[in-house]
Amino acid sequence: MAPAIQAENLVKTFGNVRALDGVSLDVPEGTVLGLLGPNGAGKTTTVRVLTTLLRPDSGRATVAGVDVLKHPNQVRSLIGLSGQYAAVDEYLTGRENLQMVGELYQMSSRDAKARALELLEWFNLTEAMDRTAKTYSGGMRRRLDLAAALVVRPPVMFLDEPTTGLDPRNRLALWEVIETLVEQGTTLLLTTQYLEEADRLAHDIAVVDHGRVIARGSADQLKAQIGGERVEVVVHERDDLTEALAALTPYAKGDPAVEKNTRRITVPVSGGAKVLADVIRELDARSIEIDDIGLRRPTLDDVFLSLTGHAAEAGENGEQQPAAKGRKGQAREDSHGEGA
Amino acid sequence: MTSTTATEHAIGHAVPAQRRGIAATLHDSWVVAKRNLRRMTRIPEIVVFGLMQPVMFVLLFSYVMGGAIQIPGTHASSSTYTQFLMAGIFAQTVTFAVAGASAGIAEDMTKGLVDRFRSLPMARSAVLVGRTLADLCQTAFTLLVLAAVALLVGWRIHDGLLRALAGFGLLLLLGYAFSWIGALIGLSVRSPEAATSAGLIWLFPLTFISNAFVPITSMPGWLQTVAYWNPFSATVQAARDFFGNQVGPVDPAWPMQHAALVSVAWSLVIMVAFSWLSVRKYRSAAG
Repeated sequence: MAPAIQAENLVKTFGNVRALDGVSLDVPEGTVLGLLGPNGAGKTTTVRVLTTLLRPDSGRATVAGVDVLKHPNQVRSLIGLSGQYAAVDEYLTGRENLQMVGELYQMSSRDAKARALELLEWFNLTEAMDRTAKTYSGGMRRRLDLAAALVVRPPVMFLDEPTTGLDPRNRLALWEVIETLVEQGTTLLLTTQYLEEADRLAHDIAVVDHGRVIARGSADQLKAQIGGERVEVVVHERDDLTEALAALTPYAKGDPAVEKNTRRITVPVSGGAKVLADVIRELDARSIEIDDIGLRRPTLDDVFLSLTGHAAEAGENGEQQPAAKGRKGQAREDSHGEGA
Repeated sequence: MTSTTATEHAIGHAVPAQRRGIAATLHDSWVVAKRNLRRMTRIPEIVVFGLMQPVMFVLLFSYVMGGAIQIPGTHASSSTYTQFLMAGIFAQTVTFAVAGASAGIAEDMTKGLVDRFRSLPMARSAVLVGRTLADLCQTAFTLLVLAAVALLVGWRIHDGLLRALAGFGLLLLLGYAFSWIGALIGLSVRSPEAATSAGLIWLFPLTFISNAFVPITSMPGWLQTVAYWNPFSATVQAARDFFGNQVGPVDPAWPMQHAALVSVAWSLVIMVAFSWLSVRKYRSAAG
């Protein structure tokens, strides 16, 4: 079966910035591809090309088997798009926003009304539906934006940093919605700066840097490549380092790293919090005094460090004034979260 | 979020039959126009401030400057000047629709709404047509209020209601044509603030180098040529003729003698040119 989303060698330059430098990817039907990368890596530009918003300089792409460049309008009726900027009209009510989108998908006004109410209920916005979106919280706006992308139950969805800037509670709620969609068979392309998010939602992850896909695989494969989670211990006395190392070795899933100057030992582990508790007990049993201990999960930075040898750097082209957002695909990826 | 109703949301729902061609454009434009008109009722300040400026012009020009400006073939008097002035103020007011369209579209661009619209299977021109139609409604409302104020300060129509309506029709046509210039500006600049100033700044020379406020014969020779062929002058002259507000003989220059024709021609040329440019820009609207 043909992949639901397929891109071959997409190239797009803005002035002398090569935003896409030959991006190729495919997403099998019913699966989720996470596009992971720092600001300015080309994630948003990729999404803009695939959703017909931007014509690439070269390359080709299909969505649900339809050629994006040749039949953009047909593609538009098969996709839903939700971005990091909630694209809702803040002077319309939640209900009016969804109804308008339905009518622009060529639904009859009665169907658009009914669908709007259904979505408002699903997204817990029924109570607020007759207030203008201006009065909504950030999380509510994002939910409304996602609802707008779901008006026609599109078989293929594009979510561009859906949770950037959201608090943990709203992030979790949005994840649950996304998981429901995937259970129902939606094919999803998701961009994110958070490894954790890609890990939880995506079947496959493509790491993007400087307009290229630099790694591709499942979350587990990538983690195996970068070493997964680690326990970091800082001992109080430098003399205790050897003893501490001995205590940690049984739990190590790889070579431990010892930094004498900072009295720090880093050991790859697996098993999460339980391992951490065991390590603490073990150190305690050996009466080793510690200044700091923690479980470190790999972050985007670790992925980049291990894949490219450099840390994830944001917007090396300096094109990220807020005023420019929404214009150049490149410039849209300004940061809202911890990110790079 | 409740997942109990999740099963109702299964995908694969067929997209409704597509409307085609002009029917789709009209339908989608109407949906967008409705949205913009709704916005206007939610932000009445915009309509109110849009009214204040022309009303102030009516009062200031007719009371402060009216006595000092002499129209050829008449004696200076503020009541003669009020008759002369109104078509000019009306025309200036309709051209200010540029600012509404440019600021509105620039705002939709920066807020990501244009992206949303462009990702929907809707007519490519509908976002702009819907915007300019909503602006046309606002302009018509503004003209109505302004005409009432003008009547209060002594302005009168002298050639019957039908001809007066024709005059307002020409004014609205010019306003609609100009809102397409605004659309192009809105798509071209980077922020709503820039769009507002870029939309307004060139309107002042355009409206002042014309017959709107003073007779063209009072200007230096080279400027007279510019003023005679200014699209704005033709509409002012035509409206003045239709309102029966022409005091003294009509200027013998050709565009002034055939003002209605020149006005319609200019408006159509501007409308066709700028709607073509704007829609082209919108389709590729990457920046």
